[in-house]
Amino acid sequence: MTAAPRTTHVAGSTFTRWIRPRPGHWIRPLAFMAPALAGLALFVAYPLLALVYYSFTRYDLLNTPVWVGLRNYVFLLWGDPLARKAAFNTVWLVVIITVLRLVFATGVAAVLVRVRNGAGLFRTLIYLPALAPPVAATLAFTFLFNPGTGPVNTVLSWFGVSGPLWFSDPAWAKPALTLLTLWASGELIIIIMAGMLDVPGELYEAASLDGAGSVRRFWHVTLPAITPVLVFGVINSIILGLQYFTQAVVAASVASGSADIAGSRRAIGYPDNSTLTFPVWLYQQGFHYYNMGYASAMSIALFVVSTVFTVFFVHRLRRASHAEEVA
Amino acid sequence: MATVTTPADVASGSTSRPGPAHRRSNRRGVMRWIAVHSIALALGLMFVLPLVFVALTAFMSDGQALTADLWPRSWHPANFAEVFRTAPLLRYLGNSMMYSLLAVAGMLLSSVPAAYALARMRWRGRQAVFLVIIAAMMIPPQVLSVPLYILWARLHLTGTLWPLILPYFLIDAFSIFLLRQFFLTVPQSYLDAARVDGCGDLRTLLRVLLPMTRPGIAAISLFCFMYTWNDYFGPLLYAGENPDEWTLSLALASFRGAHQVQWNLTMAATVVVMLPVILLFVLAQKSFVRGITFTGVKG
Repeated sequence: MTAAPRTTHVAGSTFTRWIRPRPGHWIRPLAFMAPALAGLALFVAYPLLALVYYSFTRYDLLNTPVWVGLRNYVFLLWGDPLARKAAFNTVWLVVIITVLRLVFATGVAAVLVRVRNGAGLFRTLIYLPALAPPVAATLAFTFLFNPGTGPVNTVLSWFGVSGPLWFSDPAWAKPALTLLTLWASGELIIIIMAGMLDVPGELYEAASLDGAGSVRRFWHVTLPAITPVLVFGVINSIILGLQYFTQAVVAASVASGSADIAGSRRAIGYPDNSTLTFPVWLYQQGFHYYNMGYASAMSIALFVVSTVFTVFFVHRLRRASHAEEVA
Repeated sequence: MATVTTPADVASGSTSRPGPAHRRSNRRGVMRWIAVHSIALALGLMFVLPLVFVALTAFMSDGQALTADLWPRSWHPANFAEVFRTAPLLRYLGNSMMYSLLAVAGMLLSSVPAAYALARMRWRGRQAVFLVIIAAMMIPPQVLSVPLYILWARLHLTGTLWPLILPYFLIDAFSIFLLRQFFLTVPQSYLDAARVDGCGDLRTLLRVLLPMTRPGIAAISLFCFMYTWNDYFGPLLYAGENPDEWTLSLALASFRGAHQVQWNLTMAATVVVMLPVILLFVLAQKSFVRGITFTGVKG
């Protein structure tokens, strides 16, 4: 893809030689790309530049922006305890969700690829929760895990376990959100499953002949072969964790019993700011307090962190396509 | 994998080649079959039981929904009618439909030609543009919300769903990325043949590439539909203050607030919001699975 753009997709074709870019050749691609380029300019490039500008101002949407220099960034880094709390919660979710999601999805996929009867049915059952709109799934979980009458604590009580307060306990709210995310990870499970099914059978046969048991075959054949898929899963999970918003806002709103629309001032972060993620606090600052300048500085921080992972993703993509060309 | 016993072996008893070694491996195969399938069954139940409890609670009476009971003592399908009576769900449904369908239409109009140019045309700067599109795809939606909100507020379009719909008619980075990957799977010889027959780029795209990648287009349209249907942040940001423009997801989030402790009604509303998506999946399961695996394996 990157090595020889002119010939990549026409390798082996006799047309390569006599279809050459002519002068004016760029007009057609430009016509095809025009909407996308306009979109990039209007909805990506312009807002990014505007974001940088707003981050150096105090702006409430009504009065004209006032230049305040680095004050928003100084406040973000040293002055705002809730921003620190929010960053901590987001990092917590990113780390825990990424690790557990990968281990869990790989485990489930490893079982599913061995299923011989009713594979389609199992696949459907496991994928269904991933389809549910996040708001609906979160409502379902706040009901299932509600401390008084919820089915989860009811079932736990059959075994003599008195369940925690889940979404109403600062120590258990994030673990409950994590369970919700694992429950909805059917997409990743199917991706990993597809990766496992792509592993050539000869590799397993060779390993068996060498006397490798099923555990060692999984460790030394399956895992190395699906590494690209797992890397995708890691990046996908990190991005998911960095954006964590809907579930946190809805769970907080429902568990707090707030009568307002979700995302209201009182409910956010409930209980005790344990579900206050960085994007939630950004939203709160920007669209409830109308601190557009400060929210912009927070956006820049989030952008920088996610860009690090984007660069990593692009790097992997380029390497993968190089490998394809060589093969 | 070679030792896995197929159900046919189990049913017929595999008596064709008797021998102690074979019988032993066969018994091990049966044990394995039982182990794998019981774990899979347990997992399947774990994934689906929450949905079952939600559905069961939706049928309970007001009083019973407040108890720890798992099974309805009496069935109250009228809860669903009650949900439609207390909230203008049809209106929200209409808003959700408008958002999702227009977004898909806009996405197809803008992303198909862009993906074609990125996958099948040779021009200077193509790699750079493609990298920019990937980068745009990875930006968390909250990052650009402040300047975009200010932009749409200046155009007096906040309070509506248009700020969410209109961009799809210009760009949807994720769809362009995925469509490009699908377009690359078509062998070049087909495009060469079309060229020999005198097709220009537009006809090659419409007559050769699109028919050959129909499953991919279906999958991408489904993804776009699902993303917009499930979107909460976007509608909250732009239409949160204007209940006339609420989508189903947005309305559902505030449903429980309005119906304090009525879990049965809340769960009935949850079922109503989940159902269209589940129906869509049942109808288009193949496209879904193909699209998902494509994202991960080729992405």
